[in-house]
Amino acid sequence: MASSGAPATTGGKEPPVVAVAAGVQSQLPAAVKRRRRRGATRAPASLWLFLLPAASLYVAFFVIPTLQAFQYSVTSWDGLSSDFEYVGLDNFTNLATNDSIFRTAVVNNLEFMVTVVVLQTLLSLLLALALLKNTRTSVLLRAVFFFPTILSSVSVAFIFSFVYDPTFGLANTALQRIGLGSLAQPWLGDQNLAIYYIGLIQVWFHAGQMMVIYIAGLQAIPAELYESADVDGVSRWQRFRYITWPMSSTATAIVVAYTTIQSFKAFDLIFALTGGGPNNATEILSTLIYNTAFQNFQFGYAAAQSVIFIFVIGLITWAQRRAISRFQGEV
Amino acid sequence: MGFDLARKGFLAIYAAIILLPLSIVVYTSFKTSQELFADPFGLPRDPSLANYSEVLVGQDLATNVLNSVVVTGISVPLTVLLASMAAFAIARIPGWPSAFVFGAFLIGMAVPAQVNMIPQYVLFRELGLTNSLTGLVLINIVVTLPIGIFILTGFMKTLPKELFEAASVDGVPPWRTYANIVMPLSLPSVSALSIFLLVIHWNELLYPLLFITDPAKATLPKALLDFKGEYLTNYPLLFTGVLIASVPMVVAYVLLQRFFVAGMTAGAVKG
Repeated sequence: MASSGAPATTGGKEPPVVAVAAGVQSQLPAAVKRRRRRGATRAPASLWLFLLPAASLYVAFFVIPTLQAFQYSVTSWDGLSSDFEYVGLDNFTNLATNDSIFRTAVVNNLEFMVTVVVLQTLLSLLLALALLKNTRTSVLLRAVFFFPTILSSVSVAFIFSFVYDPTFGLANTALQRIGLGSLAQPWLGDQNLAIYYIGLIQVWFHAGQMMVIYIAGLQAIPAELYESADVDGVSRWQRFRYITWPMSSTATAIVVAYTTIQSFKAFDLIFALTGGGPNNATEILSTLIYNTAFQNFQFGYAAAQSVIFIFVIGLITWAQRRAISRFQGEV
Repeated sequence: MGFDLARKGFLAIYAAIILLPLSIVVYTSFKTSQELFADPFGLPRDPSLANYSEVLVGQDLATNVLNSVVVTGISVPLTVLLASMAAFAIARIPGWPSAFVFGAFLIGMAVPAQVNMIPQYVLFRELGLTNSLTGLVLINIVVTLPIGIFILTGFMKTLPKELFEAASVDGVPPWRTYANIVMPLSLPSVSALSIFLLVIHWNELLYPLLFITDPAKATLPKALLDFKGEYLTNYPLLFTGVLIASVPMVVAYVLLQRFFVAGMTAGAVKG
């Protein structure tokens, strides 16, 4: 990429000040003095060499494969045979008009996103408010609530397979013991609600992480604001509504943005938990792309799905940016 | 008064929601499957390490532990090295060229792994890097470079410019500025990034899933997933695997908690 412009000839052997601007004039002491006076804005060209390893790996193994995804998306490649056919926009037409599983995955993805964003933002804000003061108990509880974040998605998936197990799982057994046995249910076997139950797991997994962001934001609110509010004798709700909430809008924006991105990256959790089943009820875009490519060996078709995935994410990020800036303008 | 009670009740309930499943995982690993069916919540009546020997020796999870240690142990420092070098250059080179490079890396953070995994899989297969730990190290580095460069560049840009300029006028070569001045000063962000990478690389599932079919080459998350296919609802055995896979992170978390919070927050965007 850009590092191709790095003149390898100056690489480190010459005295660095001389290497500064690839040129003869830099050897003149006067030029050095002039540069020093002006505040030396030019950097040594050999600095580009520092970019070389990262940039070349990134181009070869990330940028080019990303572009290839676009190329594959207009083919019918199965991933194995040596030749493939270009089929134009057939894959995209199929996805748009003729693929109910794809539609299910898009809808599931949005339902999952909304569930997780709403619940996780609310919960992490409540936890942050409850643990705002740096007492010993608060510090300990913060550490406990943050803990799940360091576990692997596979571990969390195993734990919740047990919690949600229909026959002897924690959830159903607990409901029976407190006399609410009628509420016991198949949880992840419920085709309509399973995606929401997985949303709850995602919140369990990452709410503590977002709580930390909120605590940092809330602790930065100047104490004088609350003091003068106390002088005016405002209620607890008013304190929240007119000081805490508007003053933490940046933290809210960060939490909402991070949670949204995480909800699109929940591949590991869902894959390890249900694999997208039962009957595609918990399929989201990322699991569907994986299954299309590596279970059904439709590489071209899966690549078309991934191209749409990029646009869905782009669209949501854009819409969210707008909503957040409007929200920050209002509060 | 009532408010404080509600606050305490809320915290107690949430603590139970977090801790109950975790403690069940721990003590269930000392139970047999029959015991679990008979009494799902009960403490083990006759605690045994049978699950541990079955998992570590019988299932050879010890090999997978070793694979995870090797892959994580190599990919974390290499990612930090490459990302910090790139961040150093980006923070130091003025004008649009470095802004362009930085932007190109930033876009990488927004691209979900499932978008380029198919071409990546094809590429790694052609290069003979499937079923190889080297391949896993390489892909770990590639996919975490963007976030690494993002975190470190942000920090290095806050370092006073005069520092670099004085060094460069005094004839200090860039690599020494990098190694002796910038890296020591960037320690807070380097340690946060290292912790974040440690967790992400240790827990990585997607690429082992794609690239590894030989059980002897699998890292822990992939090996655990294969377990589930085999044991389905033998939770004592599955939980033993979960514990073994989590212990290194738990120990690190207890010892380095402050860094974990900083690291996982800096990298929260990666999920």
